[in-house]
Amino acid sequence: MSEKLRGRAWVYGNDVDTDVIIPARYLVTSDPEELGRHCMEDLDSEFIKKMKPGDVVVGGENFGCGSSREHAPLALKSAGVSCVIAASFARIFFRNAINVGLPIFESSEAVNGISAGDEVEVDPSTGIIRNLSKGETYRATSYPPFLQHLIEVGGLVPYVRERLKEKEV
Amino acid sequence: MKRTLASAIIASHSGESAKEGDICNVKVDFAFANDITAPPAIKALKEMGASRVFDPKRCAVLPDHFTPNKDIASAQQVKLSRVFAKEQGMLYWEVGRVGVEHAFLPEQGQILPGEIVLGADSHTCTGGALGAFATGMGSTDLAAAWALGETWLRVPPTIKVNFEGTPPPWIVGKDLILALLGIVGTQGARYQAFEFHGAAVKALTMDDRFTISNMAVEGGAKAGIFVPDETMLKYAKERAVRPFNPVYPDEGANYARKVDIDTSVLKPLVAAPSSPANARPAEECSDVKIDQVFIGSCTNGRLTDIEMAAKVLKGRSVHDDVRLIVIPASYEVYNAALERGHIATFVKAGAVVCTPSCGPCLGGHLGILAEGEVCVSTSNRNFVGRMGHPKSALYLAGPLVAAASAVTGRVTDPREVLSSDELQSLKG
Repeated sequence: MSEKLRGRAWVYGNDVDTDVIIPARYLVTSDPEELGRHCMEDLDSEFIKKMKPGDVVVGGENFGCGSSREHAPLALKSAGVSCVIAASFARIFFRNAINVGLPIFESSEAVNGISAGDEVEVDPSTGIIRNLSKGETYRATSYPPFLQHLIEVGGLVPYVRERLKEKEV
Repeated sequence: MKRTLASAIIASHSGESAKEGDICNVKVDFAFANDITAPPAIKALKEMGASRVFDPKRCAVLPDHFTPNKDIASAQQVKLSRVFAKEQGMLYWEVGRVGVEHAFLPEQGQILPGEIVLGADSHTCTGGALGAFATGMGSTDLAAAWALGETWLRVPPTIKVNFEGTPPPWIVGKDLILALLGIVGTQGARYQAFEFHGAAVKALTMDDRFTISNMAVEGGAKAGIFVPDETMLKYAKERAVRPFNPVYPDEGANYARKVDIDTSVLKPLVAAPSSPANARPAEECSDVKIDQVFIGSCTNGRLTDIEMAAKVLKGRSVHDDVRLIVIPASYEVYNAALERGHIATFVKAGAVVCTPSCGPCLGGHLGILAEGEVCVSTSNRNFVGRMGHPKSALYLAGPLVAAASAVTGRVTDPREVLSSDELQSLKG
């Protein structure tokens, strides 16, 4: 996770729930491309038409609340969202995003500073968020050491693969 | 160290001190997915290189969301899940026997006091009514638990909720949890656990407790746990498929926050659109006209709920402009309702009764809303577009408010419809 993430900001409020990120009527599949086509549909029907790969979604408190559907971070990732910045994340979404490889950053100062359409650049290795439109810099909360380790080994799937090998030995 | 119930259960499954904030690796007692979340979990399990689940008798798939299969795509997902479960020798119940997972699994004795239970569904926290640390996760986390029989948990700080006083007969579990959510909000318990105490809890039925634990996640909580008592242990012992060890919190444990709710003064509540924390008295919404009422779901599709609704509808009719959809959450509930005559009461009143399924709760099928339509629902979420069109609206309520609203065609406090004799005979 060293490559910088860069794109325009799409700013939403508190409690962006998983039903608006990907409505349940589309959960008859877990195909990422199909999910991506309907991303944020019930909250902002313009989003999927106008967003460009690399764009950044900015939410307030409790981003991703609601259902446990992993389809939600998958839909964002597949739509081309490079990362989500929020003041806080709902816990299941937080785990899911890490597990499917959607970068997420917790930063109230970034959420307060970024306006819709701002050009934003994030360095995942340091958690430094730069607002290129406003010339401001913000810092994301760092992950606990266990989660840093999980991300470093490539996520939960490789982590479990290794654990299973250890158990066999 | 004095422990909360959440910390005590995690400690018993990890051998670690399990202080609030610690990340612990814990043994998992039971892990399940449904027809939406199982397919990605199966894919992840294969990517992990796991050929077998850790213990097929502690791993389950329940086809409850888009079942009976609503279209070809959902049929494919169910088939994939079923074939996998059979190959693995896992627990799987076919349509016609299965129920809504969070109603059905406790009935089957698969969720027990003192256990750690994971489900790839956010309402897995329902199992807290049985004194289990039961929590929802995504499909990849669930796959990891299927592979290893373990997961990682951050020990949550705990909010101690005291439900005090004696609630009047027309106040149900749903009113208690909506009142709590109205106080803490949708993220007041984020990354925390609720632990339920108080004089009112002792008299609560298991069904009411399931309703309360079910909606813990709507406050952001990872668990909503009741302390084992006679009512809980009787229920668990009658059904348990394996031995279990109840776990209790320590006297004097350190709580992050305490919330006291006097249940004796509560009024029947609704959660107005579009947040489960948007609690207000039903009587204040009495000018809201409705198109549909849904009584069912993992929140309120149990026998006590069905019975309450039947008491309101007995000898009354569903309003001409309203569709009432009743879905018992399991066949145990369905059969009991049949034997007691409740199903006949609903059908005579002009309701639709469907087979156990999540149905319209998540906008799946069996009662989707059109643009501009309003529904009173006993389910747990009223987010934008949850039951259909993004411009439809949901009022969440208990079974009494829902049934009374079906009769009048608008959001209604049951005290407006029921006689005082009927009100007094609601419990017992």
